[in-house]
Amino acid sequence: MAAKLILSMDGAIIKEYPLNKERMTIGRKAHNDIAIDNLAVSGEHAAIVTILHDSFLEDMDSTNGLEVNGKPTKKHFLQNNDVIEIGKYKLKYINDQVTQTSPADFEKTMVLRAPVKQATPAPTANKPAEMHGFMQTQAGIKPTHEEAVEMTGKFEAHQPTVPAAPAQAAAPAKPAQPAKPAVSASAAAPQAGAPKQVAVVQVLTGPNAGKELELVKNLTTLGKPGMQVAVLTRRPQGFFITHVEGENFPLVNGQALTNQAHQLNEHDVIELAGVKMEFYFKG
Amino acid sequence: MKITEALEIFSQTHPGMVRSHNEDSVACEPACGLVVLADGMGGYNAGEVASGIAVSVVVTEVSHRLLNASPVERVYPHPDKTTSHSTKLSKDDSQVAGYNLSPEGERTIASSPLGGGLRRGLKNGEELGVSLLRDNIQKANASIFHAAQSQPQYAGMGTTIVSGLFYDNRVAVGHVGDSRMYRLRGEVLETITRDHSLLQEQIDRGMISVEDARLSKNKNLVTRAVGIDADVEAEIHVYDVLLGDIYLLCSDGLNDMVEDEDIQSTLYALQSNLPLAASQLIQMANDNGGRDNVSVILVKVKGKFAVPRGWPAKLLSWFEK
Repeated sequence: MAAKLILSMDGAIIKEYPLNKERMTIGRKAHNDIAIDNLAVSGEHAAIVTILHDSFLEDMDSTNGLEVNGKPTKKHFLQNNDVIEIGKYKLKYINDQVTQTSPADFEKTMVLRAPVKQATPAPTANKPAEMHGFMQTQAGIKPTHEEAVEMTGKFEAHQPTVPAAPAQAAAPAKPAQPAKPAVSASAAAPQAGAPKQVAVVQVLTGPNAGKELELVKNLTTLGKPGMQVAVLTRRPQGFFITHVEGENFPLVNGQALTNQAHQLNEHDVIELAGVKMEFYFKG
Repeated sequence: MKITEALEIFSQTHPGMVRSHNEDSVACEPACGLVVLADGMGGYNAGEVASGIAVSVVVTEVSHRLLNASPVERVYPHPDKTTSHSTKLSKDDSQVAGYNLSPEGERTIASSPLGGGLRRGLKNGEELGVSLLRDNIQKANASIFHAAQSQPQYAGMGTTIVSGLFYDNRVAVGHVGDSRMYRLRGEVLETITRDHSLLQEQIDRGMISVEDARLSKNKNLVTRAVGIDADVEAEIHVYDVLLGDIYLLCSDGLNDMVEDEDIQSTLYALQSNLPLAASQLIQMANDNGGRDNVSVILVKVKGKFAVPRGWPAKLLSWFEK
């Protein structure tokens, strides 16, 4: 179905115009496809070029110009429900095609940007306590690997191009900071308007112990290229770890991974290239 | 290094989350350094038929010509001599030709009956790859067009195609339609094909910005396709290949569903594991909705492959016949 424009003034609908020509003109003179007989409207005020399902609005050097959704515009790619204002007149652009093909587009963006929900039930209460003990014992043991785990992923939170969940906006404030994750986590939480969970990997052993990495990208690699690398991927159903390269497979809670992706649960401990890391959600 | 060792190739195709059958076709011929991907269109199973014909014609014809041509490389100086400079990849083909022309006291090209032709061929070495792709995409076009003409159920079928032929430290890239080739070099991902699509034309003419293009309802409308008309003009370019490059051929089911930024981070992070990179790309497309078939071919350049001097020579012998 063709897109259309609905002409109205002061809320009263005057006429509907289907955009059934490749080029339609708007102006005061009678030969225009959409003629608006008002002195505020230039003889040839604007034109709309429609190519299949896309329509483009262009100001034809009119005297008084035009606005789209309240903004003065020379040229505009019309989207469903855009309102074009010429003087006191309003033209609302309706593209029914949008509702037919676009939900998927919309859904796509949503899935890509939506904060990941915790995929599994919260861990049992005693698990953090176990973790604590584990970390203490680890502290006494000298790491077998002198080398730091090099993080190949980029951890700075990137600004999403699409308006995103508040969680992402709140996240960038905390880059990987050493030590006191509990403090920073609790400090970060109140800042976020609606607290959302951010997945984090914290290094437990080695020179980088205490460093915290927020998993803000869809894909984050851990490890040392050429030796052992694993990738953490964010999917709609949660976070997964997969072995990428190296003879040894990473361990999750002491169990070696297979070639398959493994879904991470909160407080899982990942061991990779001799370094232990904990995965959890904060906020 | 032999081309089979210099290139690591992996391909994967998936019907996606919505479509019941897969109209994409992929094929690789490592011995020739050839990769081909096609995204078919047409009712019922005509899309699969069209893309299947396209990849099989291009792969069988090109590999037939390359592998079955008479081996003349013995006539020429030993490959080691021609590539002793190859700490760097050759960027200048006249230089390459020069190595072959240097008289070494052995049988040189100048003394070979094909010498003149070879020189010509080497100087325009890429032309052979280009004409191979162009001729065979045209051949595929004719086969699909005839099938569509003769069988009513296939009427109007067609396909996009993107193909890469790696030789002599170069790649000839031929494409028609909106299937793409990307290249990851270092950390930079570039699209090295330009879609033959309405949207791309609108972008080129400044009618719509790249950012606005995402909002367009006119995605997936191609302005060129294989098998629609009696003739097709494939767009073919030749690029130098560098060690470590990763080439990605994909159907629009990938780049419509996954942002270039995510493709880049996936290829960069997973470059050491091509099968994982391929399945990760497909998984991302499907996680984002998977509205179309999604196919990828990954080619990683692990070594130099300037050596097969016999390669253009073989071709030449074919052309001389």
